[in-house]
Amino acid sequence: MSTAAIVMMVLTMSIVTYFTVYFFIKVLRTPPRTEGDPDQS
Amino acid sequence: MTAQRDGWGSRVGLILAMAGNAVGLGNFLRFPVQAVNNGGGAFIIPYLVSFLVMGIPLLWIEWSMGRFGGKHGNHCTPYILDTMTKQRFFKYFGVFGIWTNIAVAAYYCYIESWTMSYVFHSLGRSFEGMTQSQVASFFQDYINITTTTTGIPYEAVIFYVACLLLNTWILSRGLSGGVERTAKVGMPLLILFGIFLAIRGVTLGTSGATPEHPDANAWAGLDFLWNPQFDSLSNPSVWLAAAGQIFFTLSVGMGTIHCYAAYVKSRDDIALNAMSAGWMNEFVEVVLGSLIVIPIAAGYLGLDWVRENASFGMAFQTMPFLFENWGPFFATLAGVFWFGLLFFAGITSSLAMGTPWMGFMRDEFGFSREKSAWSFGAIVLILGLPTVFFYNQGVFGEYDYWAGTVSLVVFALAESILFAWVFGMDRGWKEITDGADMKVPTIYRFIIKFVTPVFLLFVFLGSVFRPREEWGQAFGMLFRGEGWTLDNGSLIKQLSFGGIKEQIAAATDPAVIAGLEEQMYFITIARIILTAAFLGICVLVYIAYRKRKAQGRAQ
Repeated sequence: MSTAAIVMMVLTMSIVTYFTVYFFIKVLRTPPRTEGDPDQS
Repeated sequence: MTAQRDGWGSRVGLILAMAGNAVGLGNFLRFPVQAVNNGGGAFIIPYLVSFLVMGIPLLWIEWSMGRFGGKHGNHCTPYILDTMTKQRFFKYFGVFGIWTNIAVAAYYCYIESWTMSYVFHSLGRSFEGMTQSQVASFFQDYINITTTTTGIPYEAVIFYVACLLLNTWILSRGLSGGVERTAKVGMPLLILFGIFLAIRGVTLGTSGATPEHPDANAWAGLDFLWNPQFDSLSNPSVWLAAAGQIFFTLSVGMGTIHCYAAYVKSRDDIALNAMSAGWMNEFVEVVLGSLIVIPIAAGYLGLDWVRENASFGMAFQTMPFLFENWGPFFATLAGVFWFGLLFFAGITSSLAMGTPWMGFMRDEFGFSREKSAWSFGAIVLILGLPTVFFYNQGVFGEYDYWAGTVSLVVFALAESILFAWVFGMDRGWKEITDGADMKVPTIYRFIIKFVTPVFLLFVFLGSVFRPREEWGQAFGMLFRGEGWTLDNGSLIKQLSFGGIKEQIAAATDPAVIAGLEEQMYFITIARIILTAAFLGICVLVYIAYRKRKAQGRAQ
């Protein structure tokens, strides 16, 4: 594989994997909302 | 109105179901082919840009519309849209959100049944000792329903009905008891199977080269897929292809996301959930999808073969042959994993397609969960059998074009305008950010209002007026007064049988002409069926409106 292809592949897959894991872990770590909780945003 | 007691059992289950709705056969078969045909590694740039300015906004729009509708007791798009505006006609736009799913499910379940059948064929070592052309013929025999590959008569129909029965049974168990459970099992297995095959794809190298294919090299396939050809970025076709791929991969514009989100509690987050499900789809597509079919095919058949033959059909007509290179045990395992992951990708999507009809019939006509599920199965069977029996006559392709391609774009364009301009960005932004467990970047107020609808408009107009030449050439010809030649794949030409008429005009063999004329006949029948289904649902929506008015619930 050419250097450009390797860089493109590794960079893109790293970005996609990072955000996938980041958002999923954020979901897992967010405590469940109970009734009466104020808006988080 | 029936009290909708259905709901999601867990947040993770909801996200896996939403990701499953998005992840489909296209993640593994359409994305790599689109990338190969549109600039290789450079395709990723317009692809990711489209994800950021069209995909993510549409996810947020649809999730928030769904939750908003659910707050008002509406679990499918006709009355979700109706709740958002005083303009009565929008609920008929919402009919797309039911019709698209029924029409797509009709042929999608057929493909799903192929994957189910091929899992059994893999276990039964049906492909042992076959050449590549024999494997391809095996598939042709399979879809030629009068031939049988197992001794079971009408095998393809039997598997189709079995697949529909499975879908219907799971739907009858409800969201948490059926759909969510399937996603919680299917999605992790899909990812696990995909990782196994991706590792094999990456590590194959040149070990698959043979005297017939001495240049076979998996890394050459990966290089072809990922090597950036930056000059392709100036080609509008590449941007349209990238936008189109993002569109189809996220399953936006269908009504399924609205329906799933309608069961989210009113104070629960949708922003973070949507991002998590969206990126999970991207992981399956970009990471797993790109590391299986192209490198494995290039690793045994060579890059030239991949360039000429990369297509959807490779899944069934080529991959089983390639797996046989790994010895009986690993060939069986690979076949089960490959068709297994395609099956899970398919069923998590087809289950989503059932929920809008079920939501509508339960909300408006008091159907029980079981009755709404079985009625969905019955309608899909009736609509789908023509795609099974007349596959080679173009019925399947026609359903896919109008329901699986055009209607998504039309509906997404309409809903993005409704959300940003009719419902209004102030209310829309509040709906997206209410209960959000993440900070939604403020730039998306601008993107959702101005960029996403314009992007969608270009995608739509691009499909209506697609030129035969490159876009730049076509505009040059137009400005020189030479007119605009439509491509046979443009909506206008598709509608007027442009491609088939050209073939008839060019043909000299009476048998070929008769075959093409027969195809036009069956395509016309398919259009009548689809139109009748759409109008039928419009009638149901109208009846529901009259009922609501009588009950004092209509706006």
